[in-house]
Order: sequence, then C-alpha cells, then structure tokens
Amino acid sequence: MKICITSKSNEPDSDIEPRFGRAPYFIIADTENGKLEAIENPAAGATGGAGIQAAQEVAKMQADVLITGNVGPNAYEVLSTAGIEVVTTSGVSVKEGIEQYNKGTLEKVSGPTARAHAGMGRGQGRGGRK
Amino acid sequence: MQTTPAVDMITTETPNMKITVASGKGGTGKTTVAVNFFLSVPKTSLLDCDVEEPNSNLFLHNDLKKVKEVTIPVPVIDEQKCEHCGKCADFCNYNALAALPQKVMVFSDLCHGCGGCSLVCPNDAISETGRSIGNIERSLSGQFHTGLLNIGEAMASPLIKELKTYAGENTVIMDAPPGTACPMITTVEDTDYCILVTEPTPFGLNDLKLAAEVVREMKIPAGVVINRAGVGDGGVEEYCHQTGLPIIMEIPYDRRIAEVYSEGIPFVETMPQWKEKFLQMFETIKEAVR
Repeated sequence: MKICITSKSNEPDSDIEPRFGRAPYFIIADTENGKLEAIENPAAGATGGAGIQAAQEVAKMQADVLITGNVGPNAYEVLSTAGIEVVTTSGVSVKEGIEQYNKGTLEKVSGPTARAHAGMGRGQGRGGRK
Repeated sequence: MQTTPAVDMITTETPNMKITVASGKGGTGKTTVAVNFFLSVPKTSLLDCDVEEPNSNLFLHNDLKKVKEVTIPVPVIDEQKCEHCGKCADFCNYNALAALPQKVMVFSDLCHGCGGCSLVCPNDAISETGRSIGNIERSLSGQFHTGLLNIGEAMASPLIKELKTYAGENTVIMDAPPGTACPMITTVEDTDYCILVTEPTPFGLNDLKLAAEVVREMKIPAGVVINRAGVGDGGVEEYCHQTGLPIIMEIPYDRRIAEVYSEGIPFVETMPQWKEKFLQMFETIKEAVR
C-alpha cells in the first residue's frame, strides 16, 4: 500500500504540511518495502486550482491514502473520485504521521475540511483571474 | 461648377474616442466621474464595465432590457473516446481539468474558455458547451449598456470583452472595475485615453501609482481626476508633477455633491456649471489623444 503525506521539506523528519494543494513536498511511503520517496508538488505555486492539480498528482502516484492537514472541496472531489482515502492530522512529523496511521489512530474524513482557497494566505484569493 | 469637398466639416467634428474611467483604489469616484462626464458631453455613450458591481444606473435610472446572455465555452469529455492520456489537463493553465487514470474531471468554474484542451486532445474526445457567466443590458436609448456578472462568478473579463462590442459609433466612456487586475486591464486595453480617478490621501496615492504604472505599460495616455479635493495631503499632486501625469480635473470635497450623490442624482444636474468643466476636460482629452 502507498501512503502519501504532505511535507514541509523532502525529509521524513520534517513537519507535516497542513495545506494539501500548496504543500511543498509529498512523501510517499510504500508499506510493502518500507521505502520513502519525496516528490516536489508541482501545484505548490499554481495560480489557481492547486488542490485539483495536487490531487491529480497523488492519483498518478497510485497512492491509496493521503495524510494531510486539510483538503478543500475541489481537491476532495478529485481524491474521492480517484478512490484515495483522506486522513488528517496535525503538529506531527511525517514519520509520526505514518506511525499514527498504521496504529489506526487517524480518522478518515468524509468531506472537505477547508473552504476553497484556504491555503493561499491573505489577500491572494483570486490571483489567477484572467 | 465645382463643389468644394466638405473637409472643414470633418475636421471640426468630434473624433470618436474610447475613454476609460479607472482607478487603483475602489470608492474614489469612478462612477461619479463617468456618469457626470457622460451627461455633460453630447453624443457620447456609456458602458458600465464594472460588471461585478455595476452601479452607474443607480444614478441614471434607466429601464434596462437584457440584450444578451454571455457564455464562455467549457469542455465536455466524451468518455467513450477518451483514452486518459492527460494531455488536456497538462495543457490547462488554470487546472480546470483533472486527468485521473480512469476519468477526466472538469471544473467549469475555473475554465477560462480558451479551447486549448479540445485542440490538444488526440482522440477528438472534447467538445464545448456554453456556460453562462452573465448578461448585457441596455437602456431604451441604446446610449447606455451594462454588464451584469452572475453571482459567485469569477470570469469577469469575457463579459467585459463582449460588453465592449456594444460601444457603438459615438465617443464611448467606460466605467472600469477598480484595481489593476485582469478585469481592469480588459476594460482599458485598446482604448484611447484613461482617466485615473483618485482621492488625495496616502491610500489614494498608493493605488494611483499602481494604476498609472499599468496604463504607462499599456502605452495609453492618461490624466488624473482628484476627487474629494481638499481632504488628505499633497502627495497625489506631488506624484503627478514628478511623473508628468496631468491633473485634468479636481472635484472638491463638497457637502452638496455628497448630498445629491446619496440621493442617486448626478451632481451636474443640480450644479449645471459643472457640465462646462466636464466639457473642458473633454477638450483636454481630445488634445492629448490627437
């Protein structure tokens, strides 16, 4: 099984990034061989639709589970269509997040946990308009 | 006997210009300037391009009639033909498409209607359908048109572009959206002159600078109208002198203007001497465009 975790850096000891679409890195943990792989999120700097593109990337990696802080409505729609389970946690490292998931202490979410554009910071909500 | 061609007639006639009324900061008085200017200068028409919150008609009180529903083309995926290659999603700059291994998802709200996805699709699996973004309405006389963006809609620019095709033959005054983003640029582009309305405060100055830089970049001649002159400080004047931006009118901070504004009355109607000032401003603009 493949677990994808949003990360602030490409190191498994770094903190989990609470934003999904604009997370700088994804760390993929393969539970079969214990391998960890860091991938830069191509959507991190998108002008709009970051969650959609990020979700598409996670689907491309064929992840079964996503561990992150929050997901917006569009990202959630893509992830659920792709059949990816979404679980949330906060304030832990990537490694700890994986342990939490394996112990079964993380709860699966059944809908978006943040509104659209929540991960964009102040005053940037509509930057990509034509 | 020979007749002389009517050359003189032509040269003395008003050239038909496209004049935008813009500002960096919101609430500086764009609509006040646009509406009073329109009412003061004969043979002009007015377009309210602030389609997210058009308010010119609050002062004109026209009965408006819908003339067009504006749509933008958005993709429809034929799942029978789609081979999930992902080229459409890779192409889309706005992430309006998500290509999953078994399905392509369309997020119409993010689509800018460029049509690129259907061009890059190798299987001809993408067709287009219209998505309504808003309406264009006109006054009975046809001298006034306004765009009205649907509530919650983000794509203002395609509606503004369509609205601008209703400019007609006369000199047209366009009330622009505030700011310096795409809707403002769409309004200002391909126009002959831009009136930048500001207030003489540090806030007004900050946003005037942004708007002035935009029109300078677009190579559109511009002049400044200082509204609520008398409040604030001298920063705007100083900036205009330093950068050679002409101040083409000053509207004083006057209780009488504020009172008629609050009643939805353009101030040239109660203070007709201002019509003359707007006509003078029109002459200044004609000179600058020439």
